Amino acid sequence: MRKTAIALALGAALLSPFIAPALAQVDAAKSSVVAVSRQMGVPVEGKFRRFSAQVSFDPARPAEGKASLEIDIASFDLGDADFNRETAKKEWFDAAKFPKATFVTSAIKPAGPGKFDAAGKLTIKGKTLDVVAPVTYKAEGGQQVFEGVLPIKRLQFNIGEGEWKDTATVADDVQIKFRIVTAKK
Amino acid sequence: MKMSLPTLGYSRTAIALHWAIALLIFCAFPLGIYMADLPFSPGRLKLYSYHKWIGVTVFLLALARLAWRWQHPAPPPPAGMPAWQRIASIATHHLLYLLLFAVPISGWLMSSAKGFQTVYLGIIPLPDLLTKDKALGDALLLVHQILNFTLATLVVTHLTAALKHYFVDRDEVLGRMIPLLNQRKPR
Repeated sequence: MRKTAIALALGAALLSPFIAPALAQVDAAKSSVVAVSRQMGVPVEGKFRRFSAQVSFDPARPAEGKASLEIDIASFDLGDADFNRETAKKEWFDAAKFPKATFVTSAIKPAGPGKFDAAGKLTIKGKTLDVVAPVTYKAEGGQQVFEGVLPIKRLQFNIGEGEWKDTATVADDVQIKFRIVTAKK
Repeated sequence: MKMSLPTLGYSRTAIALHWAIALLIFCAFPLGIYMADLPFSPGRLKLYSYHKWIGVTVFLLALARLAWRWQHPAPPPPAGMPAWQRIASIATHHLLYLLLFAVPISGWLMSSAKGFQTVYLGIIPLPDLLTKDKALGDALLLVHQILNFTLATLVVTHLTAALKHYFVDRDEVLGRMIPLLNQRKPR
């Protein structure tokens, strides 16, 4: 029993480079995922300080590309302790129950020179919706840079429940600005 | 010979600006104290915005007031007023004017340092003069509080002096800002 488990683990470890050969990790220092909302007309920016991503993308063959992003919700930082405590609560992200938000591409299509539309499933607070993220692509010093802004509606993900449903105070529209830079190979 | 009106009293514009600013300060000051201790809620965010909007309005009205006063000097103090009272009055008024600007500016700078831009009436974004800096934001909060309590002290002084002129000295000083009083009281 134990031997089998070890054998399986070894096998998986040996095989893993072959199963996903092209998946690149991200350069955390150069990458960012930021959510911009408006509170009483005031733009408020929150950074997700921890996230991981895997990207496999060849601009010549976008249809074969894929990407996945996993965000650590507890790392959301609005730059103010009061706000950070609030957004972790049940009414907002419910970080204790839903510690991760994810985006997994299902189809990548070209949308002009250096531009692509990445369709995929966005999961926040346990709710999954189909979204299409417009992405610009460039190669820079052996690294791939993917940038874009994905507009979402916070209430579709139940972010801001109860009295916070009031969009006059916090707008429904939220922009997720992302910049994903793959690690040097 | 009749004395010309401007030396006797304040213009209607000056009176209107005085009372508009007074009213706004009487709203913004208690609001500022009240909102700071509220638990996090949409109501609190709204009140913070209203407080900031009132502050911006006071700043704009103070600018208008200064410009107006430059063209329309204040009437002279009543004859026979002791020198120390004249000096105290000039000092108080100068400080009040200074604070009409210093208080909103300190609030604006604090908002910038705390990372929450001021967007006037939710429409017009004011530039952030400072970049986000928590320690600076906390220091500016203290500055804002000290300036406000100084303002409150001066307002009380101003009010007490005005009432003293009306009830004790029985002169026309208070009536210059409340013309109804001078009309009702024959002199």
